[in-house]
Amino acid sequence: MDSHSIIGTKNKKGQVYTDPNHLFFEAPRIPSFFTGSEVIKEAIRRASVDLMVAYPITPQSEAAALIGELYAEGYVTDYMRGENEFGVMSECAGGSFGGARVFTTTAGPGTMRAMENFPMWSGARLPIEMIVTCRGINSPLSIQPDTLEMYFLLETGMLVWHAETAQDFYDWILMGFMVAEQPDVHLPIAICCDGFFVTHTKDVVNLTPVDMCLPPYDPYRSPVPCMDMECPPVRMMRDPFVMKSNYISYATHASWQQEIRAAIERSRKHTIPLLGGLIETENADAEILIVSSGTAVSQGREAIRLLAEEGLRVGLVKIKSVRPWPYHEIREATKHAKHIFVPEFNVAGWMAREIKATVPDSDRVVAGPQVAGGMTMPPEVIVEHIQRTLGKSVATLAARGS
Amino acid sequence: MSKEKIQICEEFFDIMPPEYQALVTNATWGKEGRGWKDVGVNKELIEQHSLCAGCPESMAFRYILASLPNPEDTVMVGSTGCTSLVFPHVGIHNIHSLFGNQNAVASGLKRALTLRFPGKVKDVVVLAGDGATVDIGLDYTLQSWFRQEKFTTICFDNELYANTGGQESGLMQKGFVAKMAPMGKQFDKVRLPEIARESGCVYVVNCTVSKPSLIEKVVKNAVLIAREIGPTYLQLYTPCILEIGKNSMEGLQEMRDAEKPGERFAYKEYISDQAKAFLTDLAEKEKAKKASAKEALAQA
Repeated sequence: MDSHSIIGTKNKKGQVYTDPNHLFFEAPRIPSFFTGSEVIKEAIRRASVDLMVAYPITPQSEAAALIGELYAEGYVTDYMRGENEFGVMSECAGGSFGGARVFTTTAGPGTMRAMENFPMWSGARLPIEMIVTCRGINSPLSIQPDTLEMYFLLETGMLVWHAETAQDFYDWILMGFMVAEQPDVHLPIAICCDGFFVTHTKDVVNLTPVDMCLPPYDPYRSPVPCMDMECPPVRMMRDPFVMKSNYISYATHASWQQEIRAAIERSRKHTIPLLGGLIETENADAEILIVSSGTAVSQGREAIRLLAEEGLRVGLVKIKSVRPWPYHEIREATKHAKHIFVPEFNVAGWMAREIKATVPDSDRVVAGPQVAGGMTMPPEVIVEHIQRTLGKSVATLAARGS
Repeated sequence: MSKEKIQICEEFFDIMPPEYQALVTNATWGKEGRGWKDVGVNKELIEQHSLCAGCPESMAFRYILASLPNPEDTVMVGSTGCTSLVFPHVGIHNIHSLFGNQNAVASGLKRALTLRFPGKVKDVVVLAGDGATVDIGLDYTLQSWFRQEKFTTICFDNELYANTGGQESGLMQKGFVAKMAPMGKQFDKVRLPEIARESGCVYVVNCTVSKPSLIEKVVKNAVLIAREIGPTYLQLYTPCILEIGKNSMEGLQEMRDAEKPGERFAYKEYISDQAKAFLTDLAEKEKAKKASAKEALAQA
């Protein structure tokens, strides 16, 4: 099936299968006031999804249930509640092995429970899209926003994007399918956002027309055969390398893993035109930069405004894609910076570590401020962190109340 | 997929493996009467295997593959263990993803095939060991039955973890001394056939693989009933001769001993009324077809 041949035809809901570039960049946009969860629903309404597997876990439960409504309305072909996230991700795998466009959402402990599936997804080249509405994974129990779980996804072989706003989220959910399903990529994608901050707040989002949708997934545009018995079965090997200890087995596994890393890198050429680059910069020539991803970027913007009022010029680098990692882009964007601040919503500071491993003179990188466990990051905290590092006297937030 | 889709280009025909040549020239695909008697003549679905010499699982594999009613449109799902050493040799699409998630994968797969091929039969058959089915994967096994997912689950019950070297499993007999059960297993063999019945399986059989004709019958029943009515479950004794201290030629006798009346693999079947009516109807149609063929022959 050639997916391009059906462009311009209608699906059973009367939506027109639309060329993705037209949909993203030329079609009219309708401003709408929605929560992040509702935005997920509206994106999936237009995404020609075959199968959604749902499971309740805060803060993605609302979105997962709203997509059930889409199924009841006929916008999603099949929908089921899994038994737990390990099962959910395996059900997603089965659907994708069988040639369906598969979507799921998860968060925090759910991501951790499902973890064994993610390297399997990428190893099996399954272009499943998974929304991660990040939340704490620590004990004692927390349901609050925290991006530590993203760190565990970095080397699974998935594409990992980190949305800052509901608008990012809307666009990237649609674009994510288009990148993940390219034959020279064909990998699962995790589109992450900071739970609650994005999912449970309302924002103006410019939506594409409701009567336009993505072209369907074509499972035969794939580097591996679709498991549907519609192409000749192949005995893969005389001497299966699954559990063998010999050089050809090692070489097969090593090259398979290398190919997945190479496919992640190949996704750049599809991602850059759609997302407008893997990073976005503002005043990158400033001596002081804030570099981060997700809503830490939004708080960074506010901090930059406050610092400008005090006469301090600070630039911004927003990282959109964490895998592939924008190595050269970050080196280029930070080459003038004397101080690189990395605000993060997790206790580990993994983003700062990634940046330290990327830029020359990594002493320039200041990890922090870091908040965790659901704490908010008021812009004043970032301002204070920058001022203190620069040796300026600060009126601390704590002092303010006394 | 029709067999006609599978062709070998002329120049490469002579260097293709013999069983692949057989698949193109002499396959049993699409033949209604295919069954265990084809084993040894038609090798299109499996020829070699990499199991131990004399392993009953290798014969069980052959009987099952020979008995699938619709191999040209069947996708199998395996799990980690000795079966995952065989599946790479099998000539129908098969999926290995993780240890224990086979029924979850099969649930997603069956749904994908159903929505992508409306009006066409695509069978899904899970084949996994007892560790995968009953221990690590029990949740997913049961949940797929609760949800009434329409596919067949086959468990190769060798009553231990064979591939990792003979550790205790839930389907092991009580008292058996094994790795990780140094004092003998402390609790009874899990009664999965009964649990299957209570969990919504409409056809359940517990037996050994000593009789190929029996395996042909129960596999066909299980696949056809799953296609039309609901989940089906076969628990087949495939003893691990290596780990129970038997020789290569002793597997068959071990199975015969285990299927005697009162033994744990004495033939046991549960079938729902609806499934029973379905089989009766099927048998009557078959009978009528044979009668009319006979009549046509007599008239000619």
